[in-house]
Amino acid sequence: MTQYLFYLLAALSVISALLVVFSKVPMYSVLWLVVCFFTIAGHYIILNAQFLAIVHIIVYAGAIMVLFLFVVMLLNLNKENEQHKNNWIRFAAVVSGGILFLTLIAAMRSTEVLAYNLPPKSEIGFVQNVGMKLFTDFVLPFEISSILFLSAMIGAVVLAKKDKN
Amino acid sequence: MITAILFKTILVAIIFLVSLGIAAYSTYAERKVAAFMQDRVGPDRAGPFGLLQPIADGVKMFTKEEIIPNASDRILFILGPCVFMLTALMMSAVVPWGKSFDIGGVEFTMQVADINIGILYIMAIASIGVYGIMIGGWASNNKYSLLGAIRASSQMISYELAMGMSIVAIILMTGSLSLREIVDGQMHGKWNVFYQPLGFIIFLVCAFAEANRAPFDLAECETELIGGYHTEFSSMKLGLYLFAEYVSMFISSAVISCLYFGGYHFPGIDSLDLPQNLAAIISVAVLFAKTLFFIFFFMWIRWTVPRFRYDQLMKLGWQIFIPLSIINILATGAWMTFVK
Repeated sequence: MTQYLFYLLAALSVISALLVVFSKVPMYSVLWLVVCFFTIAGHYIILNAQFLAIVHIIVYAGAIMVLFLFVVMLLNLNKENEQHKNNWIRFAAVVSGGILFLTLIAAMRSTEVLAYNLPPKSEIGFVQNVGMKLFTDFVLPFEISSILFLSAMIGAVVLAKKDKN
Repeated sequence: MITAILFKTILVAIIFLVSLGIAAYSTYAERKVAAFMQDRVGPDRAGPFGLLQPIADGVKMFTKEEIIPNASDRILFILGPCVFMLTALMMSAVVPWGKSFDIGGVEFTMQVADINIGILYIMAIASIGVYGIMIGGWASNNKYSLLGAIRASSQMISYELAMGMSIVAIILMTGSLSLREIVDGQMHGKWNVFYQPLGFIIFLVCAFAEANRAPFDLAECETELIGGYHTEFSSMKLGLYLFAEYVSMFISSAVISCLYFGGYHFPGIDSLDLPQNLAAIISVAVLFAKTLFFIFFFMWIRWTVPRFRYDQLMKLGWQIFIPLSIINILATGAWMTFVK
């Protein structure tokens, strides 16, 4: 049962991810990316990591993608008024993308498939267990990353305020 | 297993129908409350006391001509209202509607899904509720719709922060993210509103802003934006937008009652030692009474307080409510550590 669900979700994630790239209208790309995030949240639920799944939806689908939509809506990116790209830029993009693809394949080839040694009904993804781990074993990286976020927020405010003076 | 699935299916159907029924009669109640506050009679033509008015409105909505603008994005134009309605209804899945029934020795809990992250689920659904408005507003290809959609969504993401922070204080007190455990922690009149008055006020105001209700209905304010994000919508698509607003009002009223007013508990009833099924029926009735009061409260505010200006709204959210909710978390944390 879970296996079929996994295949269904995996197929949906791959299809929606491809549609993000191949959609001509930027708005559709953003919406397909939202669908893709939902399918990934589904994967987390299959792995019994409910907290991660719901935070994934809140943060990515609920906040970040809304900001993406804002940008697309406000800039009104459409096919008609899209700037025509220089052929050299296209060529460079294809070459660099191809190199990245090659590197990824090379990296994938040399990795071995790690055995999934958690029991299928593992409760490591439950919010109590995640919280315990974060605030005992990983408290220093956790706090440092929160300071990083805070400094990024303050930086954004400072940059936005700069023009007024 | 089969009975459990059957029961959940029936429960989902009942909640769906009840949500729609209450939303329909909320439109009637809204007009009656408005009439009462403005010293008018209100709708009284269809049926006794105008009780058939929602049905007449529904028939009208269905039979109106349906217009899809030529310049609009057809697929997204249809998808917008559907997504908005879907997200409004989805939130009801984790609300505990009452105590469990006991039929033939099998326990039936009056909750569709008692997940251990119920409160986060509500936050997640509230945060994706923006999409219905944004998709509809953008797909209309109308400047007023676009402005309305942008206003609505920036308002919703701004108020989500303060809302989440006010919930954190409750989670600190209860020690659980499950809505049922939050409700059961408020037995015997220990309602969270007495311990979290500031958090309650913040949550209530944010719920108004999330539902795009007056005094925060900047997204559809007629004087500036015609109809806001639903300017171009007609017939039942407009109906879905208007209707979903009432559905989400009903469900957020239920959530407010669960989080701050003891949900299905009422002081004194738990100690009466009633038979289980009777207690369950009473608990459902108690929750509905509280919910209906909050629906009335939503209307009461709408017809009393004038609309805010947009910059005032943003200032209130970011400069007043977010700092206040952080102070609330700190105070609750200190209280939990040093006093309790």
